[in-house]
Amino acid sequence: MMGRTIFIDPGRCIGCQACVSACRECDSHRGKSMIHLDYTDEGRSVASLPTVCMHCEDPVAPCAEVCPADAILVTADGVVQQADTTRCIGCANCVNACPFGVPKIDLQAKLQMKCNLCYDRTAYGLAPMCATVCPTGALFYGTVEELQAERPGVQVADTFVFGESEVRTGVAMVVPADKVQWPVPGGLPVVEVNGKDVRR
Amino acid sequence: MTADPRVADPRAAGPRAAGPRAAVPLDPSLAPPGTRAFRDAGGIPADQWHADQNGETLVPTHCCFCGVQCGMYLRVDRAGKVFGVEPRNHDINRMRLCPKGINAYQQVNHPDRLTAPLMRRSREEDFREVSWDEALDFTVAEIKRIQQTYGNDAFGLLGGASLFSEKTYLVGKFARVALKSRHVDYNGRLCMVSAAGANKLAFGIDRAGNPFSDILLTDCLLIAGSNVGECFPVMTQYVWGARDRGASLIVIDPRETAIARTADIHVALKPGTDSAFFNAVLNVVIEEGLTDETYLAAHATGWEEVKAKAAEYPPSRSAEICGVPAEQIVQVARTFARAPKAMAWHARGIEHHSQGVENCLAVINLCAATGHIGKPGAGYGTITGQGNGQGGREHGQKSDLLPGGRSIANEEHRRQICEIWGIEESELPPAGTSMMEMVWQMRRREIRGLIGICNNPFVSLPNYKVVKEGYDTTEFHAQFDFFLSETAANAHVVFPVTTWAEDEGVMANAEARVVKHNKAQDPPPGVRTDTWVMCELARRLGAGDKFAFAGSREVFDELRIASAGTVNDYYGITYERLEETGGIAWPCPSIDHPGTPRLFEDGRTYHPDGKIHMQVVDWHPPMDPYDDEHPMSLTTGRTVAHFLSGNQTRRLGALVEQTPRPWAEIHPSHGFRNGEPVRVVTRRGSEVFPALVTEAIRPDTVFIPYHWPVPTSANALTIDALDPRSKIPEYKVCACRIEHAEKIDEVPAPPAAPGHVAYPETQVSRTDPLPPTAPQGRGTSERS
Ligand code: SF4
Ligand code: SF4
Repeated sequence: MMGRTIFIDPGRCIGCQACVSACRECDSHRGKSMIHLDYTDEGRSVASLPTVCMHCEDPVAPCAEVCPADAILVTADGVVQQADTTRCIGCANCVNACPFGVPKIDLQAKLQMKCNLCYDRTAYGLAPMCATVCPTGALFYGTVEELQAERPGVQVADTFVFGESEVRTGVAMVVPADKVQWPVPGGLPVVEVNGKDVRR
Repeated sequence: MTADPRVADPRAAGPRAAGPRAAVPLDPSLAPPGTRAFRDAGGIPADQWHADQNGETLVPTHCCFCGVQCGMYLRVDRAGKVFGVEPRNHDINRMRLCPKGINAYQQVNHPDRLTAPLMRRSREEDFREVSWDEALDFTVAEIKRIQQTYGNDAFGLLGGASLFSEKTYLVGKFARVALKSRHVDYNGRLCMVSAAGANKLAFGIDRAGNPFSDILLTDCLLIAGSNVGECFPVMTQYVWGARDRGASLIVIDPRETAIARTADIHVALKPGTDSAFFNAVLNVVIEEGLTDETYLAAHATGWEEVKAKAAEYPPSRSAEICGVPAEQIVQVARTFARAPKAMAWHARGIEHHSQGVENCLAVINLCAATGHIGKPGAGYGTITGQGNGQGGREHGQKSDLLPGGRSIANEEHRRQICEIWGIEESELPPAGTSMMEMVWQMRRREIRGLIGICNNPFVSLPNYKVVKEGYDTTEFHAQFDFFLSETAANAHVVFPVTTWAEDEGVMANAEARVVKHNKAQDPPPGVRTDTWVMCELARRLGAGDKFAFAGSREVFDELRIASAGTVNDYYGITYERLEETGGIAWPCPSIDHPGTPRLFEDGRTYHPDGKIHMQVVDWHPPMDPYDDEHPMSLTTGRTVAHFLSGNQTRRLGALVEQTPRPWAEIHPSHGFRNGEPVRVVTRRGSEVFPALVTEAIRPDTVFIPYHWPVPTSANALTIDALDPRSKIPEYKVCACRIEHAEKIDEVPAPPAAPGHVAYPETQVSRTDPLPPTAPQGRGTSERS
């Protein structure tokens, strides 16, 4: 896990989409949001959680791994950048490779776009736009120690399992303290669906 | 003040300088070229695109929307135009913003802005753009004609609680001094007047008892009738902060909102039964010996009577009325009363009722009986819907109040204000009527002319048919606005006025903390400030000497003097102090006074005897009775992406995209499928909405958000019954039924502004998480 990173705490998310709006305001992709919101138990609950780029580390992010044009750069501090516009050919391999459903393709421009952890902000110690504005702290930017100082006893996970493969990520998820297991099921930190244990 | 050189000094006089900026202590080599941080750091990208050509200034100000009043910076380009927002580390919000706050800046230079006065001599004609002189002359001639024919009180004024306090002060003064009419009121009447009335009765002061930061210190937080997550999203950080410290959370709401979802106890009571519920909670507190008798003996009056009334509400009785288990009532009583420190916050959910004042009093009785008052982490508060819902009534915009919260019926108060205004006491009109009552009077031709400032009753008042008839009956109607609202479209004259970013002034947030908004850009050509328009109308009406204000600062200085010595004392608050401190809570009687964030710390209230005057509360059923044809409750409220009547937010692309239309939220037990058209019928009419089927609502209740005009307007269905004391409409409950319908009557799409609505097509890498007809933010169900 990186030093300072985003922590996603779905228990706090109120589904307000401030993160989505804030992401649209980011100078590096103004007018487009690189975040989407999932509703985990539609029709029964208002529960929601945001998905940002998880900045995978295993051993290099799947999107970067499959990119035929080597357009996706991973920085020394583990940030998976959005595709380099001079190299990206808009083939959408990254879209298909990403286990979290993050990258988007601008069909007109034939360019990939994705969250780059607001590199223009984080390079200066500013938090990414989404985590800055998130009214609830469902998106938190800082170190795990800072998170734990603010929220005593909080448990996080940064390894997710998808079938046979395990992905370690730079962005971490808050998971219920009594349900921590390593690694957590991929994509969402879901341990129960409709009362049924879905961990295998 | 911050040391960030991009931040403009709001105290600097004159138009903002757009010259080169001071050096920024950042190393450009660290920033990726082409990024803003790179430019801010003074770096020169490879294409020689020099940073100075793209210089921007950040102007510190606050959000124009809800009563949280989040701090933000507006980003201003070299040409002096607002073009973006940047989070601001202000105590209230610590950088956080909700989607409304983030997108608010887009209305400043929105293509729909009105930039010339619009006029027509009758409602049959089309509007034409006219000069300011023509519009003002016509308005003044109509005011004079109506007042000379029918008397001064035949012309009314309706203000708004999104205006700066300076302007709300002017609205009150303009009505009484320039129009010489008793008929002035404001749309804050639809907001927190029930809480205000209750607080005044119980404590002799009309504001929340504690600052938001006290929430972080409490052990038990009770939230009644407030969808905090959607209506005041940034306040959620305080709620979660309390949870992090182990505080328990009790939420009273017929819907399982985002806050209710994680509560220790969520009481999903039937709309309109809140006082029965709180009386029963008090009953249990008394039965179980959990009252704080020492506190009550020393600090309260009326306790014996309140106690006797509570005895009539055993949990079994209230459980039946409220449709919740009696055990929950017991649980709430124990959790709240046993907590070392407990707080209660409420909002429109318990206030928008024909017994809104009583509901708030019932909460106050509970706080008083358990001694949870006036301590860090213990107390009560009401969360304001509009940015200046609190400040908007403090200085004389409300029909029965004079500046400083003085009563217009009180001889001494009248004398004091007449002295400041330089008029004879005989010239000061008596109290007028409330906003809804004024509309009824318009319908009865008792009020023949009206000026509306910063309000949109066509969407926001209940019983649309009556409202429309009222406005259509007026002989003359002028409206101040910066977009052509549904109400402005009915007017004879529309004055194009400034947005919050084009003027300076103060607002008081839900904590009664006065904050300063700063001017970020000059108004577009043709647009004037509301202050200028009011002063100019006053001059043409012959009262120019009483309205010789050059701008907000001069008005504020008169307001400070007019409030001096009252409970709502602003005397010690100055623009300079506000900028230095980030906000001061009133009362603040002197320049060296730190303000009063928390009330009653010395155990004294603002009544002369220093005590809490507890009031007996009795439950009575809602005004619109249930019968076989109307067996369900209709309740209304907000959605996170929109604000009040939607006049502002329904034009902002991201917000429209987030929540394009209203819906009727119903329980799966009715057999509807998600997105299917459902007709909601009340005694006022019927409208068709897409169904949002979810278990997160009571089976006997329907919820519709109210931000849209007819044909999908919640307020075409709601009842115009009023609380007898606060005169707030009963928006939160009326009888209804639901039926299958053929199709949904679409609301005409709002005028789309390029760059504000449609974003270039982007292929999303997964299916859209929302079903096509479902509004975001509420869980939906396909199960039938
Ligand atoms: S801003 Fe925060 S609370 Fe709102 S939707 Fe995004 S993650 Fe959830
Ligand atoms: S919470 Fe209220 S004040 Fe804060 S950004 Fe949202 S609307 Fe504006």
